[in-house]
Amino acid sequence: MLTPTHVMIFSLVLFGVGVFGVLTRRNIIIVLMSLELILNAANLNFVAFSWAHPSIHGQVFALFVICVAAGEVAVGLAILITLFRNRNSVNIDEFHLMKG
Amino acid sequence: MLDLIWLIPLIPLTGVLINGFFGRRMPLKTVGVIACATVLIAFLLSVGAVVQLAGSEPNPDGLRIHELSLGDWMPLDAVSVPWEFSLDPLGSVLLLVVTGVGFLIHVYSIGYMAHEKDYARFFTYLNLFMGMMLTLVLAGNMMVMFVGWEGVGLCSYLLIGFYYDKPFDLRTGLTCADAGRKAFITNRIGDFAFLIGVLYLAINFGTLTFSEISERVAHAGPGAHGLLVGVGILLFLGACGKSAQIPLYVWLPDAMAGPTPVSALIHAATMVTAGVYMVARMSALYAQAPEAMAVIAAVGALTAIFAAIMGTAATDIKKVLAYSTVSQLGYMFAACGVGAYVAGIFHLMTHAFFKALLFLGAGSVIHGMNGEQDIRKMGGLKKKMPRTYWTFLVATLAIAGIPGLAGFFSKDEILWGAWSSGNKIVWLTLAAAAGVTAFYMFRLVYLTFWGTFRGGDEAESKVHESNSLMTVPLMVLAVLAAVGGWIGIPKLLTFGKDINLFHHWLAPAISLPHGDGHGVEASHSAGLEFGLMAVAVGIAVFGILLALHVYKSSTLPQKIADTLGPVYKLVRNLFWVDELYKFAILKPFYAACRGFRWVDIHVVDGLVNGTRNATLGLSYISNLHDRIVVDGLVNLTGWVTTWLHRMLSRVQTGMIQTYLSVMLLGVFILIAYYTLAG
Amino acid sequence: MNPFGDQLLNVITFVPLAGALVLLLLPKEKNELVARLATVFAGLGVLVSLPLWFAWQSAPTDGHGFRFVFESNWIPSIGAKYIVGVDGISMLLVLLTTIMGLIAILSSWTAIQTRVKGFYVFMLILQTGMIGVFVSLDMFLFYIFWEVMLVPMYFIIGIWGGKRKLYAAIKFFLYTLFGSVLMLLGIIALYFYHEKVTGMFTFDIRYLQAMGAWSGWFDLQCWIWLAFFLGFAIKVPMFPFHTWLPDAHVEAPTAGSVILAAVLLKMGTYGFVRFSLPMMPEATKHYLPYALTLCVIGIIYGAMVAMVQKDWKKLVAYSSVSHLGFCMIGIFALTADGITGGVLQMLNHGLATGALFLIVGLVYERRHTREISEYGGLWKVMPVFAVLFMIMMLSSIGMPGIPGNGFIGEFTILMGVFALPQKFWAVLAATGIVLGAAYMLWLYQRTMFGELSNEKNKNLKDLNFREIATLVPLVILSFWIGLYPKPFFNILAEPVNKLVAQVEQTWQYPDKVGKLAGDDVLVRLDELEEAMPEEGNEVH
Repeated sequence: MLTPTHVMIFSLVLFGVGVFGVLTRRNIIIVLMSLELILNAANLNFVAFSWAHPSIHGQVFALFVICVAAGEVAVGLAILITLFRNRNSVNIDEFHLMKG
Repeated sequence: MLDLIWLIPLIPLTGVLINGFFGRRMPLKTVGVIACATVLIAFLLSVGAVVQLAGSEPNPDGLRIHELSLGDWMPLDAVSVPWEFSLDPLGSVLLLVVTGVGFLIHVYSIGYMAHEKDYARFFTYLNLFMGMMLTLVLAGNMMVMFVGWEGVGLCSYLLIGFYYDKPFDLRTGLTCADAGRKAFITNRIGDFAFLIGVLYLAINFGTLTFSEISERVAHAGPGAHGLLVGVGILLFLGACGKSAQIPLYVWLPDAMAGPTPVSALIHAATMVTAGVYMVARMSALYAQAPEAMAVIAAVGALTAIFAAIMGTAATDIKKVLAYSTVSQLGYMFAACGVGAYVAGIFHLMTHAFFKALLFLGAGSVIHGMNGEQDIRKMGGLKKKMPRTYWTFLVATLAIAGIPGLAGFFSKDEILWGAWSSGNKIVWLTLAAAAGVTAFYMFRLVYLTFWGTFRGGDEAESKVHESNSLMTVPLMVLAVLAAVGGWIGIPKLLTFGKDINLFHHWLAPAISLPHGDGHGVEASHSAGLEFGLMAVAVGIAVFGILLALHVYKSSTLPQKIADTLGPVYKLVRNLFWVDELYKFAILKPFYAACRGFRWVDIHVVDGLVNGTRNATLGLSYISNLHDRIVVDGLVNLTGWVTTWLHRMLSRVQTGMIQTYLSVMLLGVFILIAYYTLAG
Repeated sequence: MNPFGDQLLNVITFVPLAGALVLLLLPKEKNELVARLATVFAGLGVLVSLPLWFAWQSAPTDGHGFRFVFESNWIPSIGAKYIVGVDGISMLLVLLTTIMGLIAILSSWTAIQTRVKGFYVFMLILQTGMIGVFVSLDMFLFYIFWEVMLVPMYFIIGIWGGKRKLYAAIKFFLYTLFGSVLMLLGIIALYFYHEKVTGMFTFDIRYLQAMGAWSGWFDLQCWIWLAFFLGFAIKVPMFPFHTWLPDAHVEAPTAGSVILAAVLLKMGTYGFVRFSLPMMPEATKHYLPYALTLCVIGIIYGAMVAMVQKDWKKLVAYSSVSHLGFCMIGIFALTADGITGGVLQMLNHGLATGALFLIVGLVYERRHTREISEYGGLWKVMPVFAVLFMIMMLSSIGMPGIPGNGFIGEFTILMGVFALPQKFWAVLAATGIVLGAAYMLWLYQRTMFGELSNEKNKNLKDLNFREIATLVPLVILSFWIGLYPKPFFNILAEPVNKLVAQVEQTWQYPDKVGKLAGDDVLVRLDELEEAMPEEGNEVH
C-alpha cells in the first residue's frame, strides 16, 4: 500500500541526492541538474500532501514550482553560457569572484 | 582795461597751451614768436591798465586800487577764498617790470636758445613762468598769490633743471636736475612757514584778501601784537625761501644751472623779488609788528654783506652774479625792514634792469665763448664783444652805485632810509656791502673784459659777438639801467623840488609804523643826507679802485689769497654752509628715513609677520596634536574595523558550494536543536 | 535727468554685476571681446552714475540728508533691510568708483594676458561690491558688501599679481578680514544695544546714527569705537596698520593697484565719517588725541619711508600712507573744514595716486621692472608720458593751480586742523607737504631726468591713444577740482555740517531723559520716538 510516508521517504532520498550533487560536483551543469532534483523533491512532497489532505492547493503549487524551475534553468543556462564564453570552463571552483 | 587785469596772466598761459601741445611740430621761429607775442600783449595790456589806474580816482586813503573778484574758489568755513585780482601802485611797478623785462628776455632767448633741441619746451616753461609771475603780482589775496608763488617755484624748478641730463657742479657732483630739486625743496621749506602764517591770519582775521587784512590788522588792538609778530616772521621765512635770504639762500647759486636767460628773468629780475613784493604787500601787518621788521632788517643786512663777500671769491661768471643777486635782495629786505619800502621796491625795479642786463651780458659772453663760464679762462673780451662789453659796463657802474645811474638812486635811498630810521648798524653793514659789491663787480669786469685772454689760442679764435636778437635787448636794458633811476630822484638832488614820481606813486600803497604814510624822511638836514651820500659813493669808488689795483697785477690776487689763508679758504668754500646743511640736516634726515624703513620692515611689519609666524607655529602644533592624538583615535577605530573586516572576509570564499554546505550545516543544527529541545 | 527714478542706485550698483554675468557667458578664448565688453559695461556704469551729479539738486532728501533712497524688506526676522541711498559724501565716492573702475579696466587691455575673462569678471564684481559699500544705508547690507569686495580683490592680487602675489594676497585678505570681523562685533553690539534701549531691532544707519545723541553708554561706546577703529584703520590704512598696503600694491596688477589706492582705501575713511563719528561722538572725542597722533605719525613716517624706497610702486604706496594720514587728520579735526577737506582729499588722492599707479603700470608693462634705478632720462623717449606724470605728481604734492586739486584738499584740511586749540597738529601735518615734495621730486628726477643711460630704455615707446585716454580724464578732473572746486564744496556742505552737528550734539541733560527696560540707560524719549520708524521690525 502506497502511503504518503513512502512518497516522502522517496522525496527525501531524491533531495539527498540533489544536495549531494550540488555540493560535490564541479561541473556547473551537473550542479544545475542537481538543483532540479531538489526542486522536484519538493514538488513530490507538495503532491503527496495534496493527496493525503484532499486539497488542490498542493498540486497548484507544484505547477508553479515547475514553471519557476523552467525559468530558472533558462536564466541559469544563459548565465552559464556567458561564463563559459568568458572563462572557457564550466568548473565551479574557478568561479569565486565574490571571494571576500 | 582795469577789469581785464585777470586776462594778463592768462595770455602767456595760452602761449603755454599752444607751444606745449603743438610746439614740437611747429617751426622754431613760430614757437619763439608766439611766446614773445603773448608776453608783448601782456605788457601792452599792463601798460594800459597802469595808465588807467593812474587816471582813476584815489580812495579816501589816497590809494588808487582796483580790485575784482571772479567768483568763489575755496569757500571754506573759516575763510572764503575767491579768485581775486587787484592792481595798485605797488603791483603796477612789478607788473611793468615783469612784463617789460620779461619781454626783452623772451626776445633775447630766441637768439640764445637757437641751437637748443628742446626749444619749444623752453618757451613753454618761460611762458608758464610769466603767467604764474603775473598771477603772483596781480593776486588780490594771499591764496591766489600762493598759486603764483608756487607756480613760479615750479617753473624755476623746471627751468633750472632744463638741461636735465647734464651735470652742473663737478665739485659737489650736483646735476642740473639736482639743482632744480634743491631750489624747489628749499622753497617748500619757506612755503611751509608761509602757509602756517597764512593759517594764523585766516583763523584770526577771517580773510585773506590783502585790502581786508590791511584794514583788520590795523584795528587788531594790542592783544594781537604777539600774533602779528609771529605771523610776520613766518611770512618772512616764506620770503626767505623765495628770495634767497639767510638761511634759505643756498639754492640760488645752484640755480645758475639753468639757461642764462632763465637766470636773468627768474633768478635776478622777477621771481626772487617776489619775497620783497610780498613783504611790501603786507606792510600794514608789519607796521603792527616792529619786531618782525627788525628781524627782516637784520636778516637782509646780514645777507647783503655775507653774499657780497662770497661773490668776491666765485670764479663762475654766473655764480658771481648769483651771489650779487642774493646780496642785492638783502638790500631790498633791509630797506623793507627799516620801513623804507618805497626805496626797497625802487631798488627792486632798478635791480631788475641792471641785474637782468648783467645776466644777459654774461649769457652773451658764455654764448660767445661757446659755453665757457669760468672767468679765469676769459679776459680781454672788450674788443671781441664791444656791444656786450659796453652794456655790461653800464650795468656794473649802476650796481656799484656810481652817481647818475639807476643803482645809485635806489641804493642811496635805502642807505638813507636805514640811517634816518635810526638803524645805524644796518646802514654800516649795507655801506660796507656796497663797497664789496663794487669790488667784486669790477673784479668780474676786469677778469672778463679787460686784460688778456687766458683761455688759449684755439678758444680765442672762436670768440664772437652775439647777434642782434641778443644785443638789442641788452642795449634797451642798458638805457633803462642808466636812466631808470631818474624817476625816483631824491628831493636833495633837485634843489628841493619834489619830483620823485616813484615815491609819490608808491607811497599810498604802503603802511608804515606810527601811521606815517609818507616815508622816513621826516626830519633831517640836507647836509647830513648829502654827506652820507658822498660817503657811500666814496666807499663804492674805493671798492672799484681796489679791484682795479688788485687785478691789474697777475700775481697779486694769488698773494692776497695766500696771505688771508684760512679766511680765503672759508670764503672760497662759501663758508661751508652747504656742507653744514648736508651734515647737520640732510644726512641725519636720510639716516632717519632709512631708520624708519628698517623699523617699518622689521618692527611694524615684523609684528604683523610675527603674528603670522606665531599663528603658523601654533597651527603646526595644533596640526601635530590633531594628527597624532585626535586623528590617532579615529585611525585606531578604523584600523580595528579593518582588522575585523580582514578576519571576517575570510569566510567569504566565493565558492557557492561552501556557502551551501554551511547553510545545510545550519539547517541540521537547527533541526537538531528543535528536535532535541522539544 | 534721472531716467531711473528711485531705482537709480540699484542700477548703478548692479550694472557691473550684470556685466560680469554677461562676461561669464562668453567663451573664454575671446580675450579681446571680453576686454572690450568689460570696458563697455564699466563705461555704462559711469553713464548710469552721472544722474547722481546732474540730478543732485533736484532730488528730494529723505529727511536725514540722503537722496535717491530705495528701501525694501529683506530679512525681517532680524530687522535687516535692503536700503540704499547717498548723501554728498558717498555720492562723490560713488562717482569716483565708477570712473576709476572704468579707467582701471581700460588700462588692463594689454597688461592682462592670462585668464582674461576671469580678471574682468572679478573687476566687475569688485566694482559692485565697492559701490555697494558706499550706497548701503543698512549696516548688515554694508557689511556684506564690505566683505564681498574683499574676495575679488584677493583673487586679482593672488592670480594676476607679481612674484610674491600669494603672500601679498593672503596678507591683504587676512589683515582686512581681521579688522572687519572686529567691526562686525561692533555692529552687533550696536544692534543689540539699540534694541535694548528702544526695543527695535534695526541695522538702519539713519536710526543707529541717532544713538550719537544718547548719553549714558560711554563705556560701551568706547569699546565699539575701538572695534570700528581697528576695522577702518586697517583699511585706510593708518599707521601702524599699514604694512599690508605696500605689499598688496607692489604685487597687485596695475588695475588692482589703481582700484586699491583710489577706492578701497577710501572705504576706511568713509567708515569713520559714516559710522564712528556720528554714532559714537563721545568716544571719538575721547580717543581724539591718540587718533590725531597716529595720523601725524602716518603723515611724517609714511613720507620718510617713501623717501628711501627703491621700488617705484612701493614709494607710491608709502606716499598713500602719508596722504591718507592727511585725510584722517582732517576728519579727526571734527571741524567742517577739516571733514570737507578730508573728503575732498579722498577724491584727490584717488585721482592722483590712481594716476601714479597707472603711470608705474605703463612703464612696468614696457620694461617689467619697478626698480627706480633701472630708469632715468625717460623724458627723452616718452615726453607725453613725462608731462602727464609731472602733472599728476604735482597734484600729489599739493601744487596750487597746476593742477591744484591736492592743494585744495591739503589747505582745507590744514585750515580745519588749525581751528583746533592745539596748533601743533596742523604744523606737524604741514611738514607733510615739504616731505611730499621731497620724495616725489626725487622719484621724478630719478626716473624722468638724468641721462638715458640704460640701453633697454632707449627704445621705449611713448603712450598710445588708449593709454593717454586712461590718464587724461584724471588730469582734467584734477584741474577742475583745483581751479573750480566750488561745486564740490557745495555738495559737501550739507552732509558735513550735519555731521559736525551730530558730533557736537551729545545730550548732557539728565533731567530730560527716562529710564527704559529697567536699565541704567538714559535716553531722550521724545527724540527717540521721532527717530523711530513707522513700522519697526520688532522681533517678538
